[in-house]
Amino acid sequence: MTATPVMVSPPKARRVRHERTGWGTVLLFLAPALVLLLIFLVYPTLSTLRMSVDRGLGGNFSRFVGLDNYISLLNTPSFVGSIINNVLWIVFYTTFVILFGLAIAVVAMRVRYESTIKAIVFLPMAIAATALGVIWAFVYATDSNIGLLNALLGVIRIGPISWLGNPSFVNAALIAVGIWGSTGFATVILSAALKGIPTEILEAARTDGANEFQIFWRIIVPMVSLPISVLAVTLIVNVIKLFDIPYVMTQGGPGNASRVIAFEMYKQDFAAGLYGKAAAVAVIMLILLIPVMIFNVRRFRSSAVV
Amino acid sequence: MATVTFDHVTKKYGDVLAVNDLNLAINEGEFMVLVGPSGCGKTTSLRMIAGLEEISSGELKIGDRIVNDVPPKDRDIAMVFQSYALYPHMTVRDNMAFGLKLRKLPKSDIEKRVNEAAGILSLDKLLDRKPKELSGGQRQRVALGRAIVREPAVFLMDEPLSNLDAKLRVQTRAEIARLHQRMGTTFVYVTHDQVEAMTMGTRIAVMSDGLLQQVGTPQVLYDTPSNRFVAGFIGSPAMNFVEVTADNGKLVGPEGWVAELPGRLRNAVGAVNGRKLIAGFRPEHLELKEAEGQTVTVPGRADVVEYLGNEELLHVTALGKDVVAIVDSDNRVKPGDVLQLLLPYTKLHLFDAESGASLISEREQVAA
Repeated sequence: MTATPVMVSPPKARRVRHERTGWGTVLLFLAPALVLLLIFLVYPTLSTLRMSVDRGLGGNFSRFVGLDNYISLLNTPSFVGSIINNVLWIVFYTTFVILFGLAIAVVAMRVRYESTIKAIVFLPMAIAATALGVIWAFVYATDSNIGLLNALLGVIRIGPISWLGNPSFVNAALIAVGIWGSTGFATVILSAALKGIPTEILEAARTDGANEFQIFWRIIVPMVSLPISVLAVTLIVNVIKLFDIPYVMTQGGPGNASRVIAFEMYKQDFAAGLYGKAAAVAVIMLILLIPVMIFNVRRFRSSAVV
Repeated sequence: MATVTFDHVTKKYGDVLAVNDLNLAINEGEFMVLVGPSGCGKTTSLRMIAGLEEISSGELKIGDRIVNDVPPKDRDIAMVFQSYALYPHMTVRDNMAFGLKLRKLPKSDIEKRVNEAAGILSLDKLLDRKPKELSGGQRQRVALGRAIVREPAVFLMDEPLSNLDAKLRVQTRAEIARLHQRMGTTFVYVTHDQVEAMTMGTRIAVMSDGLLQQVGTPQVLYDTPSNRFVAGFIGSPAMNFVEVTADNGKLVGPEGWVAELPGRLRNAVGAVNGRKLIAGFRPEHLELKEAEGQTVTVPGRADVVEYLGNEELLHVTALGKDVVAIVDSDNRVKPGDVLQLLLPYTKLHLFDAESGASLISEREQVAA
């Protein structure tokens, strides 16, 4: 029993050496990640910040203008309008994609042809956003010989409505396209999350006296709240960077009615060679994303959810 | 409180018969244990009571009401699941209160019931914790608590102890038995562990292959198993079985072993000579020194001796088989010892080799 007391504590010299090499080792292990982050994240961010306070006409960054670019942007009505449009996208696109995704995932789980349904709903994800825009431009076409939607409305003697030509409808019409394109993604993510809920918990709720509606809102939704928030963040980030759908379908029109931030950046500033102003738009997008990112990181750190 | 009645209840999954024509009447306030090996249909039967499994044919009644088509929420039952199935996003308090909130009970009532149940199960200090912050035993008690607060007509439990360690299992076993005494509600309890069944059940229903084998008090099942399956399933270590042939009022076994049958057994075996039978005897009924009444001798040689303190568990080569015997540890049997094991005739069971049915009816056994 007392054969090897020597082995209990390691030799002292060795322990000291271990402590001395501590920091070097730590840096060595961190280095690859740090170098990559510095080159590909920190440097571009700082560089963009620097560019955003320069006139940058035609890519020539030699004239410091302070906050002029920002002030000018905020005084441009079309830019402010594009921010409002982006907010519309964030609110309606994100909400409906999640709602439809969750609804389809829940319903699909209860029927025999689950995988077929999911495959069909997921199909739009395989279509490039530009192709998506072209397809839906046909659906929305005013001529009811081409436009499916107006043809359908024609049956009940409504229209034809110029979906993409009317400032009151154009954003709703574009957001609907986005929702159509992303619902499949949400369905697949949420369907996987739903599968993670043990059947016994749902059965326990059932024997506890819950009806299907109560089970959905009081058990299922809270239990998939983490995947839902991850999904929401992903969708919001994508939508803040949104460019393709308005570009293909309306070119930001009619007038400036359907412009979004990224489109504004492209149209006004790159086209006009005002790279400093474009950088300022990028910085504003970054600032808009910060709260979303903070929320995301907190969410992952918190152990409040399952 | 309510009775539960299975009337020719059958459950099929496609072509597979999970429960085959089950007839079982569970009395009011009874602790009924459904026991059997996995796949025997016991859990399916319990889930049919809960309404989580549809009934293919037959009638199921809770009290006087046929509940075949009644959804779980309207059956007035509470169920404890094997995995506990606690709601992970709710505190212990909310877990227990969930069913009551759904029934729109006044807040003060809910609080009173939850606190009372927490007191009974010593969960007072854990009420604000989430399930993942609890140990297995604590989670198990929360699952019980969630069922208790509901004050249901029938309690259903699906192997609630199987995820606990051995010590906690014994503790909780007693706790559940106490709970039953205190509440007096009908309990239906599913387990594959015959020890749990024997210690907790008012009556036990033994199932195998979807068929109900025997229902009775623990004592009846132990003393007079109605067939070979029940005999082998109830009791630990399991009963020894030896193939024998009836011959002129004698039993002829392997290695020239012959047992003279006393009158009672002679009648049961009948006059047919050459009938193939299975003789069964429990390890704890074999004696080394003296036994009460008329006995039959089983000669053998000890192979392995497991010392258990007060007793010794012997693996004996006898009648061409490994026969297990439990004897007093004063005997100090050593491996290799040649033994003469004595078995009282009253403890001898005989089963038909083909059907497995016991040849001795309950009445005869009790009389003998």
